[in-house]
Amino acid sequence: MDTALGWWGVPLAVMAGALRVSVPFLFVSLGECLTERSGRINLGLEGTLVMGAMSGYGVSYLTGSPWLGVLVAGACGVALGLLHGAICSLPRVNDIAVGIALMLFGTGLAFYLGKPFIQPTAPRLPAIELGAWSSLTQVRAALEVNALLLVGAVLAPALAWALNNTRWGLILRTAGESADAARAMGYSVITIRVLATAAGGFFAGIGGSFLSLYYPGSWNEGLSSGQGLMAVALVIFARWDPVRCFFAALLFGGAGSIGPALQSVGITQGYYLFNAAPYVLTLALMIASCSRRRSLAGAPAELLITR
Amino acid sequence: MIAAAAVPSAELGGRRAAPLWPRLIGAAETLSVPLIAIAATLVLFGVFVAIAGVDPLELYSLMYTGAFGTWFSWQNTLQRAAPLMLTTLCTAIPAWLGLIIIGGEGALVLGGLAAAATGLALGAAAPALTLIVMACAAVIVGGVWIAIAGALRQFRGVNETIASLLLTYIAIALFNHVVEGPLRDPASLNKPSTAPLPASLMLGNIPGMDVHWGLAVGVIACLIAFVAMRYTVFGFSARVTGGNVRAARMVGLPVGRLIMIACFLGGGAAGLAGMLEVAAVHGRANASLAAGYGYSGVLIAFLARHNPLAALPVAILLGGIAASGGLLQRRLDLPDATVLVLQGILFIAILASETLYGRIKFGRGR
Repeated sequence: MDTALGWWGVPLAVMAGALRVSVPFLFVSLGECLTERSGRINLGLEGTLVMGAMSGYGVSYLTGSPWLGVLVAGACGVALGLLHGAICSLPRVNDIAVGIALMLFGTGLAFYLGKPFIQPTAPRLPAIELGAWSSLTQVRAALEVNALLLVGAVLAPALAWALNNTRWGLILRTAGESADAARAMGYSVITIRVLATAAGGFFAGIGGSFLSLYYPGSWNEGLSSGQGLMAVALVIFARWDPVRCFFAALLFGGAGSIGPALQSVGITQGYYLFNAAPYVLTLALMIASCSRRRSLAGAPAELLITR
Repeated sequence: MIAAAAVPSAELGGRRAAPLWPRLIGAAETLSVPLIAIAATLVLFGVFVAIAGVDPLELYSLMYTGAFGTWFSWQNTLQRAAPLMLTTLCTAIPAWLGLIIIGGEGALVLGGLAAAATGLALGAAAPALTLIVMACAAVIVGGVWIAIAGALRQFRGVNETIASLLLTYIAIALFNHVVEGPLRDPASLNKPSTAPLPASLMLGNIPGMDVHWGLAVGVIACLIAFVAMRYTVFGFSARVTGGNVRAARMVGLPVGRLIMIACFLGGGAAGLAGMLEVAAVHGRANASLAAGYGYSGVLIAFLARHNPLAALPVAILLGGIAASGGLLQRRLDLPDATVLVLQGILFIAILASETLYGRIKFGRGR
């Protein structure tokens, strides 16, 4: 059965990878999207992701409940988000630089606290079989998805709707488009942005817990390879729209699984080059979607990164 | 003492006649704000390790011993500080123009690879000449790599921070591809490496100490960068551009060219660091090159406020922190990531302290 699939295994494996690898991208980009719509950029989500992965795994191991791990990972994300938000609220502090610092701090702290969890095996998140109709084992394996993917798939349109149609969404967007207007309406821009950064950290932490609790499904120091940062670039590509973030995350997940998919059919030539595919794709998409002359369509006007 | 002596003259001559007093205030401010941040870091990190059950005072005294306590640890510290001085320039020089480049690690790795490749290709026929060619190759490859980030910023408006970090990941993938493939030494089984460089191509130690010549290169590079920043037209135009891009364009400064040059110089410095690591420490190119010197360079650049002269002591300080990591691991049984936590707290504290500039009153009276 395995060999009968032959070359068809490659697109299938890429698709399976897209469904599996995309979840951290999806959650981090949704969180970053929320933060950036409020007018601030948090580059530290890479650190949040790693911290979420570590804390989720640790809690799952200690309590035996992976879902509690997911929640704690989100809480760690909130803490790091609050830290970022609070420091950036001080006058004359550059949010991009603070993001870099938090990237270092988050990964360092996770490595420090995560040392005892490298060896033990923690209970993992369950999988949902969507491919039970198929007789092919590979199709079934490919369609084995995690509940968090479904949560993300619901969350993306829900966030898009909330941003466009609710009072909270309007306040958030006002802070992102014009701090003066938000102030004139009587809202505290700082509070809005701190809360948006904390909410973004929550999602990023959950995305991290997926890494350690489902796929690849263990905790080690090489777990994240820049997914948190690529997700920030992904938001730019998705033009700050949560629904487009969802599809972009799938695209990135697919790009990341080209190398392993080709390896599975025996092509090992250039394995390391294919590992660079998601980064090249990110860069190419950023080059294609940015422009020197006009500001980006859909970009929050207060965002430092697009100026 | 000097400050106290200057007070009467300031009062007598008024503000215009006494340029010394405001300058002293400025100096006191630029010195004291980072010191406050460092003190805050020591307190916060002390609390952190105390929670972990370690006596902070014992830890700090151990760190001091491991970094600066003996001649042996000094040499270890300086050995680590040498590449840091160069990777710092990768962030500092573009920062004069207001760019935040964090891709030094990628330029370092590719520079080291280029140096190893040219060294192996040319062989040991004329060592001195070959070393110069290796250094040039490393500078060009590293410089072009970071210049890509500058060009993307200048011509496409792509954020240079994200672009430079993505380029780092791409650089490491390229590096792995070459080291595992075309240039792999079949004898290196567990850790894929290029073939070792001939012994005559290894940089020796500075006479009288167990530190390689890279330290001298790093110090000289920082001094040149400082002179370039303060006393050349390039440095002046770069700082004008960093202060106000529109004003720089108005007076006709070639902003695009300045960005490209600054990024090339910064990347070249990081590439040179890679060459030194290859030709003075590892003797071949392998994964040990990506040891995080590029990322520490970012921290040092911010800590030194992008001033190459200030980068020298800060690089030595950070080199010392890294050097003491092993001792902490052995004596106190702390994980090796302890040093990373300390660096992270320090970085955050430094950035948060930016807000203090102009807020502290140094006897200004009002």
